[in-house]
Amino acid sequence: MEKMLDFFLTHREAIFIVILSIFLGIEVISNVPAILHTPLMSGANAIHGVVIIGAIIVLGHADTSGSKILGFLAVILGTLNVVGGFVVTDRMLEMFKKKK
Amino acid sequence: MNDLSPFSAGISILEITYVIASVLFIIGLKMLSHPLTARRGNILAAFGMGIAIIATIIFHEKDEEPIRNIPLILFAIVIGTIIGWLIAKRVKMTAMPQLVSFFNGMGGAAAALISMMEFPHISHDLIARTGMANGQVLAILLGLMIGTVSWAGSMIAFGKLDGWIGDMRIKAMKYVNLTILGVLIGLIIFIMTRDVQASVELTPYVYLIFGISVIYGVLFVMPIGGADMPVVISLLNSFTGVAAAMGGFLYNNQAMLTGGILVGSAGTILTILMCKAMNRSLLNVIVGVFGGGGQVVTDVAGSIKEISIPDAAVLLSYSKKVVIVPGYGLAVAQAQHICHELDKLLDEKGVEVKYAIHPVAGRMPGHMNVLLAEADVPYEQLIESDEINPDLPNTDVLVVIGANDVVNPAAEDDPSSPIYGMPIIKARDARNIIVMKRGMGKGYAAIENMLFFNSKTRMLFGDAKSTLQSLVNEVKNL
Repeated sequence: MEKMLDFFLTHREAIFIVILSIFLGIEVISNVPAILHTPLMSGANAIHGVVIIGAIIVLGHADTSGSKILGFLAVILGTLNVVGGFVVTDRMLEMFKKKK
Repeated sequence: MNDLSPFSAGISILEITYVIASVLFIIGLKMLSHPLTARRGNILAAFGMGIAIIATIIFHEKDEEPIRNIPLILFAIVIGTIIGWLIAKRVKMTAMPQLVSFFNGMGGAAAALISMMEFPHISHDLIARTGMANGQVLAILLGLMIGTVSWAGSMIAFGKLDGWIGDMRIKAMKYVNLTILGVLIGLIIFIMTRDVQASVELTPYVYLIFGISVIYGVLFVMPIGGADMPVVISLLNSFTGVAAAMGGFLYNNQAMLTGGILVGSAGTILTILMCKAMNRSLLNVIVGVFGGGGQVVTDVAGSIKEISIPDAAVLLSYSKKVVIVPGYGLAVAQAQHICHELDKLLDEKGVEVKYAIHPVAGRMPGHMNVLLAEADVPYEQLIESDEINPDLPNTDVLVVIGANDVVNPAAEDDPSSPIYGMPIIKARDARNIIVMKRGMGKGYAAIENMLFFNSKTRMLFGDAKSTLQSLVNEVKNL
């Protein structure tokens, strides 16, 4: 029990952010029209590409060639997620814009 | 993980950038949920991501050591950008769902790799103080598990949508999956309760978690039917969000935490919304009941009647009101442009043409709107199914192009049908129905469609594009 309380105290800021972000995510998404489900999913997909920051940190502190290779791979994968995600979303939304 | 590092201007700038990036993600996502602001929202979120990446490279410090290997990082970003850009720009709009799934998998894999690399480097002080049962270990292991499941699952979803992986439905599957999930959680508890000096000693178990997570991800998506794939992609999307957030927890990085959790929760809500549009529960989708039970309608009353192209052309040209119901068949045949040509021709002849768009037509909600928008079909002509249904009894001809389950009356008549209760386009209310289909194959839900046997229905077999092309030529010659 004490360990749990200690865990909470150590990570209270992160826990705060997590809980508030959950509510924020729900709030932001509700009432979205069905036609935007696909672009929205794609846009959200691009945003979790933020994992690339972790990949940069890993590669930025890698020493051995093994970890450099893995880190290099992680940055490429993360970039694919970010760039591909945003570009695809933009391509979808570009088509919506024409029909006015 | 502690915030007692001395003041540094660089770190302050970095943290401010992360705050700005997080706000941009939130505003971007909010704008993405309104048609008028969606595109700007996407660009805004991308901008937020850009500044967060640049600031990390310049200002990030770990134990007062700045980022090294910068040329390598930049090189990786350039490679990723070129490949990502090319794929995203070149792939056909019909393959959009696969593409989202593919990019999602990449994010999951990146999260898993980060976890695998950070595990051996957990600080010895921390382990001496708390043992293995601490937040960092948990974040690393969960990030690894969720990221890997998301990656493996997304790749299977990608393969299924692309048509080179079939469904695998075995009744016992859900028990197998539950067992594997239990083993994974057991392994995490096992690692966290070990009494070791350094985390490196436990690395083999981490590889074990990786391996089992791959198997779980594959088996998780394998039994799920193609019609449910969008729901699964959306779910895996929120998984990757959570995996990214684990990285944020690990590095005490607020941008990763906010971005990841935001996608995790928004993705979950989106998944539930999609399920609602199909009148299915999320549990049903995951356990994979859809079309799996196989209650085959054996006694099919009535017979199939075909119509020739000239007859169809005459029927359409002399109608007052025509409603087109497009489905995935139209999309795979790349027939959206020729379809628009047909509706323009009919319009010139004074026929009122509308498109009835079912919320889950195509492979993703909204997929059909994107495809028809690509072919310049005006927005006003696209009507959602709830709005067009009351109008159908006054419709002279309803043309079903490559759609099946969304017009299946079994959803209203047959309580034993797996799609029973799903809102449909009430095609049979129309005065005449023309169904364009490649053959007598069943839809994605693998169930018989009584609409095809209706006395008002005429079938037009063949590839949607060539059939529409001959129809256009015929209408022109009238």
